[in-house]
This record gives sequence, structure tokens and C-alpha cells, in this order.
Amino acid sequence: MITYISLTGTGGQGIILAGIILAEAAILEGKQAIQTQSYGPEARGGASKAEVIISDEAIDYPKIVTADILLAMSQEACTKYAGVLKKGGKMIVDATNVYDIPAIDADILSADITKAAREQLKKDMFANIVALGVLVGSTGIVSRKAVVEAVLARVPKGTEEVNTKALEIGFSLGEKK
Amino acid sequence: MAKAQLMQGNQACAVGALAAGVTFFAGYPITPSTEVAEILAEMLPKFGGKFIQMEDEIASMGAVCGAALTGAKAITATSGPGFSLKQELIGYASMAEIPCVIVNVQRLGPSTGKPTSPAQGDVMQARWGSHGDRGVIALSPTSVRETFDITVKAFNFAEKFRTPVVLLLDEVVGHMRETVVLPESGDVEVIDRKRPSGPPEEYQAFKPEADGVAPMADFGEGYYYHVTGLVHDYKGMPSQNNALTTELIDRLHTKIERARDEITIYHQDYTDDADVLVIAYGGTTRAAIAAVKEARAKGVKAGLLTLVTIWPFPGEVVAKVAAKAKKVIVPELNYGQLVGEIERYVPREKVVSLTRYDGELFRPEEILNLIITAGGGK
Repeated sequence: MITYISLTGTGGQGIILAGIILAEAAILEGKQAIQTQSYGPEARGGASKAEVIISDEAIDYPKIVTADILLAMSQEACTKYAGVLKKGGKMIVDATNVYDIPAIDADILSADITKAAREQLKKDMFANIVALGVLVGSTGIVSRKAVVEAVLARVPKGTEEVNTKALEIGFSLGEKK
Repeated sequence: MAKAQLMQGNQACAVGALAAGVTFFAGYPITPSTEVAEILAEMLPKFGGKFIQMEDEIASMGAVCGAALTGAKAITATSGPGFSLKQELIGYASMAEIPCVIVNVQRLGPSTGKPTSPAQGDVMQARWGSHGDRGVIALSPTSVRETFDITVKAFNFAEKFRTPVVLLLDEVVGHMRETVVLPESGDVEVIDRKRPSGPPEEYQAFKPEADGVAPMADFGEGYYYHVTGLVHDYKGMPSQNNALTTELIDRLHTKIERARDEITIYHQDYTDDADVLVIAYGGTTRAAIAAVKEARAKGVKAGLLTLVTIWPFPGEVVAKVAAKAKKVIVPELNYGQLVGEIERYVPREKVVSLTRYDGELFRPEEILNLIITAGGGK
């Protein structure tokens, strides 16, 4: 079993960190994981993409040709990367930023991810962790327990509570149909 | 027992350097190598080492040479543009026989190029970038775990042969994070340079022993010697003597050549009965092995020879492994560099060069398609 997950958005949204945490959660469950990224030279803005491959066995090729799961956190990323999703794959879009979802054959979950972070946690900055919660809550690619543990291992001291809350908001957003 | 963890290639390089006993880093940050500096900046002081961010790439290489002469295990990390700037002092390190490690995480060039995109365009620069004739060791790992191992080797070779060693990473391997289990520190073989044991007044810093390498005293511990980029005698004093010149230049090559078997690191996958052989190195290997397995699944006898040691070029290994293959495919993230070297050891009509230089890693299918065509399939 091998699963290809593309996390896409804008530079500065924490997309790459979300990818790292997802890969670390998979390792906590005894799986093999690879995380790669592509981004432009700018520190903020520009399309940003993190790719995560989770497998029961060693992984040869580290990049994603066709994704099983695609997260799109910005309109630019959604338009640019929708094509990498396999037919009937899972697409998660941040409805706060994505207003035009391309017509593709996919199981689409649209949730107000950034808005939830802004309104319930008072910071857009937590949108990546909320998104991670949505992704895990809706796909079960790793267990909730593992992703909570992985998030807590990565985030700065003193932010554990708000990050756990961000995940929980994501989990419940991910449960809606 | 050591735990599985997610680790980045550049991080494995920094951690490998620490395992090898690195005590000094000087550098100037450059994408995509910056993490090596960042991690060593944090870690080196904890191990009693020194980290210096210098004013530029050239000064960094100078600081590395100076530190190594005082007995430090020294490293710098850069990418293509910085590697170019360091070349004169890398040659100086060869001439003055200063052990050090230069990490070049390759990005697309020439010039500033595409700083965040992978390439393998510095293969020939690693060999010929500095002027004059000298033996060169350059190593190119294919995974995060191998980056750890090969960084340790790079230091060991530098120390053993008193020479600069180039670690040719690429953005694929440098920035990739993957699951690794690192060895326990007691399981890592670490080699230190030979040091003199005789009286200081009799010490000759450049008089080789049987292995072609002279013991090296730490500057400042009482052994006087002179260090210069000029042709020099055993004491390090400049000389115009022709016989001595020949002997010195010979030795800069032969001390490495004679240890070829030890220095040559390579892997073989499915090569025994391969009709189509892929020869790859660095990050490209990851697309190549996927393609080879796919080809096997389709009934084409494909194999992969991975060259971790790029320089000295393992020509004998290439000739032997390629002998039975009908076609040899050489994928590289450049305009075609190592393929020319391979053609010196494999008949040219058998060799197919596959190049890519747009800043993306090959997709396995690009290599697979060529394997199928070369294997007589459709």
C-alpha cells in the first residue's frame, strides 16, 4: 500500500511544515515516508507544494506523478495542481481562498479552513494545522492520535494547546460531507 | 535501539559530519545547502567546535584550510556559484595537502540559475574546476541515509589521503526528507589523519610514507613547517627543482589512484543478466531504480549501476558491469557530463545519453521508455 499526498498553497502558509508533520505521523505508525517540496526563491508568496508519500515498504521514487489526495490552500495552487490528482481522488480545498474549483472527477471536500483558524484561533497562521486535521479526519491516512503526537513534537513550547485545538477543528471539518 | 525518524538530506550531512568528528565549519549561506550551515551553527558549539559565517565564499574556503592545518576536521557547504568561487583555494588545499570536506548541494546553473531547483551540473567542475593537475575525490550519495554514511567517508578519505574531498549532493537528495535509522555512534568507523611521532626538528611535513601520505602536524603544537601553494620540498619550502616537481604532481594523483579500490563506492541492482544497463548517480538514481523495476515487471532485463564515487572515475567497474549489456543508458540532470567519461570505457554505439536541465527530477517513465526502446520492446 502506497499513498501519494500533495499539499499545495502559497509560500508562508506553512504547507511544507504540514507535509513534514504528516510524514512524521506516518513514521510514528511504523510506516515509511518521504517528504519533498518545491517552492520558488521568494520567502512569501508564490506557489508552494509539499509532497508526502506514505508506504508500508521502502520508497524508490521520492516525487509524486499522480496524487491520491490533493490539498489546495490557494486558488493559484488549486488551478495549477488539480491536474496531478488521479481520477476519483480526494481533493480538499480551503474554501476561504479557493473560489473556483476546476471541473475534475474527484471526491471534493470544501471547507473554510483559513476562516476557521482566523475566527476560532484568532490567527490565519494555524490554517496549516487545521488543514492537516481536515486531511487526517476525512481520509484516515494516519490515525488522529499519531498526527496529534507529531504536531506536538514539532510546534514551539507553549503552543501545544492551541495547535491541538487547531487539529480538532480540522477533524470536525473533515467529518462533514 | 536507534529510532526511525524523518530526516532531510542536508541534515544527514550535518549529523554525519558530527559523527565523523567535525570541529569546524566556515561558510556563506546559499540555497539549497543552507540547512547544513544552520544545523552545524547550532550543533558545533555543543560539541566544542567552531562555526563561522564568513564574509563570502572565498574567505570561507580560506578559513577551512587554515582550521584544518591547526588540526581541525573542517567542512564548508555551498552550491554551484559558491563552488566556483572556492575553486582556487580547493586547488590550494590539494597542493598543500590539507584535509577538508566541501559540500556542494547542486542547483541549476550556470550563474544564479534556479536556486531552488535540482541539477547535476557540477560533475565536471568537481573534477576540473581548479587549475592544474591533481587527484580528486568526489562522492555523490543517493538517499538520506547514504548521505550520512558518505559524509563520514568523505571525512575519512580527506584525513587518510590529506586531500580536499567534494561531497556532490543535489537538491533532490539535499532537501528530501525520508525515514532513516542512523547507526549507533560506536558503529561508525572514523579515521583521523596520521600525526608525526618523531622529534619536531626532524619533521618533514611533505615527506610521504609508503602510502604516499605524510604525517601531518597540527600548526601551533611545535612542529615547524611551511605551507605554500608553490611547488615545494619535503619541508614545504618553495622549489624550482624539476624532478621534485614531477614527484609532487605525481603523488597528488597516485596517493589517490593507488587506493582506488577503497575509494570506489558503487551499487548494483539487477545487473547480472541485464541487457539494458542504466548508469546513474545522486538523486537521479531514485528515478532510475523505479524505472528498472518497472522494466523488469514488463519482462525487459534491465539493471542499474549506481556510482557513488564519481571521481576518481570508476572506469574499470563501469567497463566490467557494462560488458554484457547491449545498451547503456545514462540519465543526468545536466546537458550530458559524466556520459563522456562513460564513453571512454564503453563502446560509444552502446551508450545513450538522457539529459534533463529544466530544474525537475526525471520521471521514472522517461527512463523506462528509453529502456523499453533499447531493449527492443514497444
